[in-house]
Amino acid sequence: MLNALDKLMLEKVADLHEIPQGAFNIRKNGAGVQRNTTANIDIVTKEDKSGIDVIIKPYTKGESVHIPVIVTEENINDVVYNTFEVGEYSDVLIVAGCGIHNSGHHKSQHDGIHTFFVRKGAKLKYVEKHYGQGDGNGERVLNPKTIIEVEEGAVVELELIQIKGIDQTKRDTEIRLMDNAKLVVTERLLTYQDQEAESNITVELLGVDSSAQIISRSVAQDDSKQTFYFDLIGRNKGRGHIQCDAIIMHNAQVLSTPRISAHHSEAQLVHEAAIGRIESEQLIKLMSLGFSEQEAEDTILNGFLK
Amino acid sequence: MLQLQKVSLEIQGDIDFEILKNINLEFHEKKIYVVTGPNGGGKSSLAKTIMGVYNPTSGQILLDGIDITVKNITDRARLGIGYAFQSPPRFKGIKVKELLKMAASHNPEKVNICDLLYDVGLCAQDYLNRDVDTSLSGGEMKRIEIATVLARNLKVAVFDEPEAGIDLWSFQKLAETFKNIHSKYDTTIILISHQERIMELADEIIIMSNGTVSAQSERDIILAGIMNNDSCACSAKCVKGVGQNAECVG
Repeated sequence: MLNALDKLMLEKVADLHEIPQGAFNIRKNGAGVQRNTTANIDIVTKEDKSGIDVIIKPYTKGESVHIPVIVTEENINDVVYNTFEVGEYSDVLIVAGCGIHNSGHHKSQHDGIHTFFVRKGAKLKYVEKHYGQGDGNGERVLNPKTIIEVEEGAVVELELIQIKGIDQTKRDTEIRLMDNAKLVVTERLLTYQDQEAESNITVELLGVDSSAQIISRSVAQDDSKQTFYFDLIGRNKGRGHIQCDAIIMHNAQVLSTPRISAHHSEAQLVHEAAIGRIESEQLIKLMSLGFSEQEAEDTILNGFLK
Repeated sequence: MLQLQKVSLEIQGDIDFEILKNINLEFHEKKIYVVTGPNGGGKSSLAKTIMGVYNPTSGQILLDGIDITVKNITDRARLGIGYAFQSPPRFKGIKVKELLKMAASHNPEKVNICDLLYDVGLCAQDYLNRDVDTSLSGGEMKRIEIATVLARNLKVAVFDEPEAGIDLWSFQKLAETFKNIHSKYDTTIILISHQERIMELADEIIIMSNGTVSAQSERDIILAGIMNNDSCACSAKCVKGVGQNAECVG
């Protein structure tokens, strides 16, 4: 059974107010607690290691899969391997998120290793939200690894969001695109106090006319530290664009390393990277509309991370 | 009424520089004022001093008799002063409709955001959901900036070069919009501009040069003066071909 705290965490990481419609698998403190499958989407527990296989039949349209993970105890070190088979010409939404509530003094950690096979012509939107809370001094740690194979003509939209309460994260994302495959990655990250976050995204344009767009926006506050590595590799005719922006405040540190490498004369790759403070002109503009300085700052940051 | 009494503004650096020198001005309700004059004459500094972006080094600023000299930007905004930037800032992740709703949020009257865009010559359906970022052209940004000021219920609205970067067709719309505000509301409108067609909207024209008000009078008198005067507005006598010293050699 899910209690009030569990429900709050589910709302934060998966926008779920009730048990979701469609397929879902809820994992709590290292074990599956609730699952539902549909005629088109099957969820099977792995036999050789911890984790699940999510199998979406070809031509499945307009269905969703929610696989939230909640950690509400301290001293948990949960490693899970999930595999997703997104069938040909299907069109689905997968929402994975992890919420940690740690009110103890020991570390709580969840490492989700997700492998996706997005088959020919399929459309996938994958949302991953990370959220932490709890008044203890036990660390909340999340180290996700995401590997996505995008087959011919498939389209993948990725939203990676970490807005609150994760003390330490190391996120690795590897994506390979085949002919005419399309990828859009949106990353949003906020760190504060002495939190540390590292995000490594590698995208390989393997097929002809594949395209990738990576838009990363982050805000680093207090004494927090963020490190980004973006690696866009063009091995065939195709287009890729990395755009990463960070707002830095207080004593925070941001290191951003965008790399583009072309191994084909018709690979068009662009990277843009910027780190800076909130522009004073932006604050003045909102204050001249009647906002206080704090309200203006919050409005600018909320918009930036939206 | 907005009054500036003996207002001076000095910027301190290696060499202290006085941008505004002992300015005395009165701006009355329901009137349009155009502030014009050569570049670097102090026009934008005057606008920013009215909004509270700059604090005067000396002198007083009064709004309806209340001293607002030490009030900050937020307080002045809440008292009914508005300012449209010459080069408006852009916001990543904020949509045009969100910015306009923020601007209208303190207005007790119900504001139609689509009509506001129409008043500055933009089609609402094309712009409401666009981000206020670098995807908008300079002219589009400028018109949205003006709309944010029109969204507010203001005693004093200052527009810093509202015509800059705006095409001929939108310019006409904008001029009509200023005329409409003038006829419907009691707002004091202060336009900083070099455009003759903007000056034609004025009840009074103020000429600023070298940080001082060099002339202030009814529109027709000033306009006639400008048209008949072909000399420049330099601080010293200046004739082409006379400067021969080392600084002039390219």
